[in-house]
Amino acid sequence: MNLLSPLAALGRLTQGALATVGRIALFAADAVSHLFRPPFYPREFLVALMQIGWFSLPVVGMTALFTGGALALQIYAGGARFSAEAVVPSITAIGMVRELGPVLGGLMVAARVASSIAAEVGTMKVTEQIDALVTLSTHPMKYLTVPRMLAATLAVPVLVAVGDSIGIFGGYLVGVNRLGFNPATYLANTRAYLEAFDIISGLMKGAAFGFIIAICGCFYGMNSARGAQGVGRATKSAVVAASVLILAANYLMTEVFFSA
Amino acid sequence: MIELQGVRKSFGKNHVLQGVDLSVARGQSMVIIGGSGTGKSVLLKCVLGLVTPDAGTILVDGQPAATKGAGREPFLDRFGMLFQGGALFDSLPVWQNVAFRLLRGAKKRPKDEARAIAIEKLRRVGLKEQVADLFPAELSGGMQKRVGLARAIAAEPEIIFFDEPTTGLDPIMAGVINELIREIVTEMGATAMTITHDMTSVRAIADRVAMLHGGVIRWTGPIAEMDTTPDPYVDQFIHGRAEGPIESVR
Repeated sequence: MNLLSPLAALGRLTQGALATVGRIALFAADAVSHLFRPPFYPREFLVALMQIGWFSLPVVGMTALFTGGALALQIYAGGARFSAEAVVPSITAIGMVRELGPVLGGLMVAARVASSIAAEVGTMKVTEQIDALVTLSTHPMKYLTVPRMLAATLAVPVLVAVGDSIGIFGGYLVGVNRLGFNPATYLANTRAYLEAFDIISGLMKGAAFGFIIAICGCFYGMNSARGAQGVGRATKSAVVAASVLILAANYLMTEVFFSA
Repeated sequence: MIELQGVRKSFGKNHVLQGVDLSVARGQSMVIIGGSGTGKSVLLKCVLGLVTPDAGTILVDGQPAATKGAGREPFLDRFGMLFQGGALFDSLPVWQNVAFRLLRGAKKRPKDEARAIAIEKLRRVGLKEQVADLFPAELSGGMQKRVGLARAIAAEPEIIFFDEPTTGLDPIMAGVINELIREIVTEMGATAMTITHDMTSVRAIADRVAMLHGGVIRWTGPIAEMDTTPDPYVDQFIHGRAEGPIESVR
């Protein structure tokens, strides 16, 4: 075996990953260009909004509740090492709205929605429903991608806002009932150090993550290979790509928003 | 009306179409026969712009087929297509599948009117009004095919493509679909292109027949001449013989 073989394999892998990111970016640019050109499909948008936003509420809410509680416990345990237990309310709130609310919410929605979109669109592809759309003078990008992209971009920030509130409430429940904080003091400390931009930055991340989720779902669905295996692979790829891109976008946005 | 000149299409090393020349006159029912995997569906998809040919020319009424741009929608408005598996939209009830074109785009009608037309088209293909509110998954294969047929004719297109209209149906249902296609093409005066392996269908539907083999049109002629043609490929195919110039192992 050539000593350079592992490097060559790594190079091929990197090249393939970058090519995929490039194809997703071109697909996203095409989808955005269709956003402003008629015809528009408001019914499809409302259905997507319901499926992505409303039906994701339970999973995002449960994730945020337990994360907020665990975060409060961790900060209390860590803070106790240097007598900083009092920072639990403010750090829990800041941690939730800046980072954990959008990222965990985004990842949960990615698992639920990117897979669902990829499976639905992929099945449409392999059963010729997308070809049928074209023959019925309907552009698949306008009918399938644009409503989902718009719905996810608008719905995920709302889910993040709800998740942030539930997460902070989870921290409050643990803080007051397990860690012995005074309820009024906990709430006052939460409010005192939380800034508007902490919340806004989290919502902006949510919008970006929603966009990524819908684009990955539609991209892999529309490029699905034939058969059940093809749809399965498209679904898996959509979730993996959306998750990785969410984490990468989160780092980049954090750099932009908070690097000194 | 539809003219294909030297149409070529390859998928990697698989050279599916290697210079197809075919002409379909207005109001004519052309049936394309040929073995599995010979590119019959690809040929139809090339005309519709669902697959882009590597070379060749496709003309509809003397104009190049519009594969993109502003002319694309009016071009597609002239076509109806029945897909092999029906290709019904799972998320929509039957009547909205049939009236899909009438609920959006240039041919948009009020909802009640679109529903009435859908129900009338469903009756036309032998389905009761009660079927209108069911979802495609609740229908049998034969019913799905008929709904697909109703959708293909709902906007009364000038040109209709039928992709394997009787595949997977029992002989009686296949007969019903063949009669329907013949009636629809005759009554609407539409130009039809059908691809099938089913020789009963060919005899019921066709005005002219073309055989696609080896990526080219091997033979074409009126249906009346199909049984008497000396072409050994056509002879083997229409009689379903294992022995002959067409390899049975492909």
